[in-house]
Amino acid sequence: MIAGLFFYLFAAVAVASAVMVITARNPVHSVLFLILTFFNAAGIFILLGAEFLAMILVVVYVGAVAVLFLFVVMMLDVDFVELRQGMLNYLPVGATVGFIVLFELVLVIGTWTLSPEALQAAAAPVATGLTNTEALGQILYTKYIFFFQIAGLILLVAMIGAIVLTLRHKQGVKRQNIADQNARSPATAIEIIKVKPGQGI
Amino acid sequence: MTEFLTSTGAVAAFPEITLALSALALLMAGVFLKRTAYDLVNGLAILALAGVAVMVFLADTRATAFNGAFLADEFARVMKLLALLGAAVALILSTSYMKAHKLNHFEYPVLVLLATTGMMLMISANDLVSVYLGLELQSLALYVIAAFDRDNAKSSEAGLKYFVLGALSSGMLLYGASMIYGFTGTTSFPGIAAALANGEASLGLIFGLVFLIAGFAFKVSAVPFHMWTPDVYEGAPTPVTAFFAAAPKIAAMALFTRAMVAPFPSMTAEWQQIIVFISIASMALGSFAAIGQTNIKRLLAYSSIGNVGFALVGLAAGGEEGVKGVVLYMAIYLLTTLGSFACVLAMRNASGQQLEDVKDLAGLARSNKLLAFVFAMLMFSLAGIPPLAGFFAKYFVFMAAVKSGLWALAVIGVVTSVVGAFYYLRIVKVIYFDEPAAPFIPAAPEVKWVIALSGVFTLGFVLFPGPLLALAQAAARSLF
Amino acid sequence: MLEMLLTVGFIALQSVVLLVSLLILIAFLLLADRKVWAAVQMRRGPNVVGPYGLLQSFADLLKFVLKEAIIPDGANKGVFIIAPLVTCVLALAGWAVIPVSEGWAIADINVGILYLFAISSLGVYGVIMGGWASNSKYPFLSALRSAAQMVSYEVSIGFVIVTVLLCVGSLNLTDIVMAQESRGLANLLGVPWFTMLNWYFLPLLPMFVIFFISALAETNRPPFDLVEAESELVAGFMVEYSATPYLLFMLGEYVAIVTMCAMTTILFLGGWLPPADMVPFTWVPGIVWFLIKLCFVFFMFAMVKAIVPRYRYDQLMRLGWKVFLPISLFWVALTAGVLTAFGWAP
Repeated sequence: MIAGLFFYLFAAVAVASAVMVITARNPVHSVLFLILTFFNAAGIFILLGAEFLAMILVVVYVGAVAVLFLFVVMMLDVDFVELRQGMLNYLPVGATVGFIVLFELVLVIGTWTLSPEALQAAAAPVATGLTNTEALGQILYTKYIFFFQIAGLILLVAMIGAIVLTLRHKQGVKRQNIADQNARSPATAIEIIKVKPGQGI
Repeated sequence: MTEFLTSTGAVAAFPEITLALSALALLMAGVFLKRTAYDLVNGLAILALAGVAVMVFLADTRATAFNGAFLADEFARVMKLLALLGAAVALILSTSYMKAHKLNHFEYPVLVLLATTGMMLMISANDLVSVYLGLELQSLALYVIAAFDRDNAKSSEAGLKYFVLGALSSGMLLYGASMIYGFTGTTSFPGIAAALANGEASLGLIFGLVFLIAGFAFKVSAVPFHMWTPDVYEGAPTPVTAFFAAAPKIAAMALFTRAMVAPFPSMTAEWQQIIVFISIASMALGSFAAIGQTNIKRLLAYSSIGNVGFALVGLAAGGEEGVKGVVLYMAIYLLTTLGSFACVLAMRNASGQQLEDVKDLAGLARSNKLLAFVFAMLMFSLAGIPPLAGFFAKYFVFMAAVKSGLWALAVIGVVTSVVGAFYYLRIVKVIYFDEPAAPFIPAAPEVKWVIALSGVFTLGFVLFPGPLLALAQAAARSLF
Repeated sequence: MLEMLLTVGFIALQSVVLLVSLLILIAFLLLADRKVWAAVQMRRGPNVVGPYGLLQSFADLLKFVLKEAIIPDGANKGVFIIAPLVTCVLALAGWAVIPVSEGWAIADINVGILYLFAISSLGVYGVIMGGWASNSKYPFLSALRSAAQMVSYEVSIGFVIVTVLLCVGSLNLTDIVMAQESRGLANLLGVPWFTMLNWYFLPLLPMFVIFFISALAETNRPPFDLVEAESELVAGFMVEYSATPYLLFMLGEYVAIVTMCAMTTILFLGGWLPPADMVPFTWVPGIVWFLIKLCFVFFMFAMVKAIVPRYRYDQLMRLGWKVFLPISLFWVALTAGVLTAFGWAP
């Protein structure tokens, strides 16, 4: 019963804050509500028994992605009121697309022909006696190693791309060379001069 | 280690693994060598592509790996060889251009290698997940090299447009793939085919298929998902455009073909009518819109849209005959288009600036007879005038369409290729009959070589069509 | 129904006991921090309230609570008030999973270490929200600094945790401590009674050092307190805060520091285990050992604050990305390789 109660709590807060994400006037508030949504999604994962996914959701999305997102939104100071000026012009098109997608979803659910058993058979069997972290690791690094590796390559390409397109080596900028600095010894860095009284250097 | 290789069947993917590893090795080499690295990395990248091509050529066909997610068959072999050829030639073409425009960063060949890895994975994809991952690997690298001339507003614009629209199309593809997964319970191509073998295809599945096709149509730049093509082709650095027009088209077309033929044989009627529509639309738009173009790169972009339309005629026809037409069309298109872009690269004025206007070609026949001749031949070939290679390409796809009863499609194809011939011939007219503009300075040696070889192929195909026909035949047979 | 209520009530009672003792502990650790700092600078430190100044922290508490909380006119009120609450609540939430002795954890969950990692990575939100909501330049700069700093150091903390997990084979905090009881260096060297050698700080020494330094950076402690560097940013994100909200920020910060000390104890210093499997040591209850180790790590925190001068911001970034990240990445690979090569992997 407690689980049920918590499910409704998490689900209700998730939906409410998701609505707030798109309706909030202030973009920073939107991002904060987005974070709240992630949190509640993580809560629902825990109720499902997928505690590893829940934690990864928090670490990756809330702990890293949303921080950077917030960073950008705060830095850019986007004026959303101004952005929404043209919204009425695009409303008909957007609404049409939205209705088409909605219509399709209704169709899809209406014509659902696949028996749940068939889906169960296609899914990987749940290993017994393993925590779901172990089970996830075992399937990810054996059956899906191919996909895992390609995903890694894709991320590498994204990284190379970001560096190629943004990194600029400016000429004439003085840079610190920490190794050189640390390698300096008193012999090379200072000079000791005996000053005779009354003469100066 | 060996146990891992045999248990996953990774041996079948050896060429891809080699290519990915050499890209990583070259990346490290480039990072540590810094400024001087471009020449070395570029040379080694071309060597790596050649080596991988040999591996692909010698590899065992009809092998699956990674629980059936990866399939190496005859079709994959032929298409991979073409894609590797396209990538290698694009790298060769870019050598002196990149240096002249101060774009000689070692990342460029590395990104091309990674994109090529993605293409090979697409060609061998036998599962919706590997389709998506291969496609993303390829596209992401392409977005970056489109914007490679980052201080140039047009190049940045090209990269950004390509990225935004590409992401949208990937989203559609994923939406379609998830619907197909939802209705069949599996992502593997044979599994989907088996699930569909008995029983009526549901409405939701057809929607999924439509979205999947929309995603693919974007990647091959078929109408109505072609909008990005002219801007990207115009904005990207010319050797990059040559690459875009060659290798990714081969890979996307191969993926398109396999993703229709392998999992959906029982839904042929459904996808065939969509393909017929986009084929007609592409041929028509490619022919009509190119007429008004003054920029040669934009013109070639519309030409490539039209060519994709013609290749799709083969796919619409379906069956062994149709796929053979597609393979042959793409092979000939690849070699012709690489030659055309090499000719565009040869258009440099006395100060070394790259020219892109059609009117800059005026009177080329008087200043540079050979270049003018080959350019004219390539244009004739693209227009499909016998006895050049392009004629045979069109001949085989139209024959396939006729054989499978798609008379109307074949007729429309012929009519649009006549319209298309108009703008190809206009270029020939400008080259031969207009008042001469300022002459070009001599092209870089590697560009000359590519132009020469492409010209030889275009003219000589009629004499020795056998090997290519046999390859296309074998490739098509392996799909059925 | 009644049984359920009883369970819930029992958990609540446990939490209250833990929270109260934690807060009292922190009151004295705060004093200790100031005393250590003073001693290093040859001052006396707080010595007026109570004997030897022992009640100083409680006096501070009273003062903060009784003063008026001022909310600046241009501030974003809601976020401004939530920010310190977020900091404080998140820091305290971490203690739900920390086992202070065998079986003494409120929630002994499977993914305890990930939970702690997640909670500690969320600490940045309090700073960002507070900095932004103050609607003032210094706090805002401080918020930006903290966002970049904490994300950078989380990466290497993550890799350090991964090396420990490779040796343990579980994400459960109790399992991590128990794994340091019987397996490890002491057995290899033939002195199984000297269990201190089993603790991971010795075989994973570089990781221990990196973790300690990253923990300093993650909690904005000197020498990485660029977020509230008084010579550059006045008081950083806390410029506009006063009274109770300020107290909550300070409290949250110190709880986070103690949490990091507890994490160090659990990951590298064998948690509640005695240093040797011999009679006088085994008589002492586990919680005492845990507290001793925790206080020792806190002492190191305090000494660093007193001794090391503050980093410059670019140096801080360089250290995180160019030094710690490669080293920890290398150690993950090395540890995995060694464990597989010798068949030591759990």
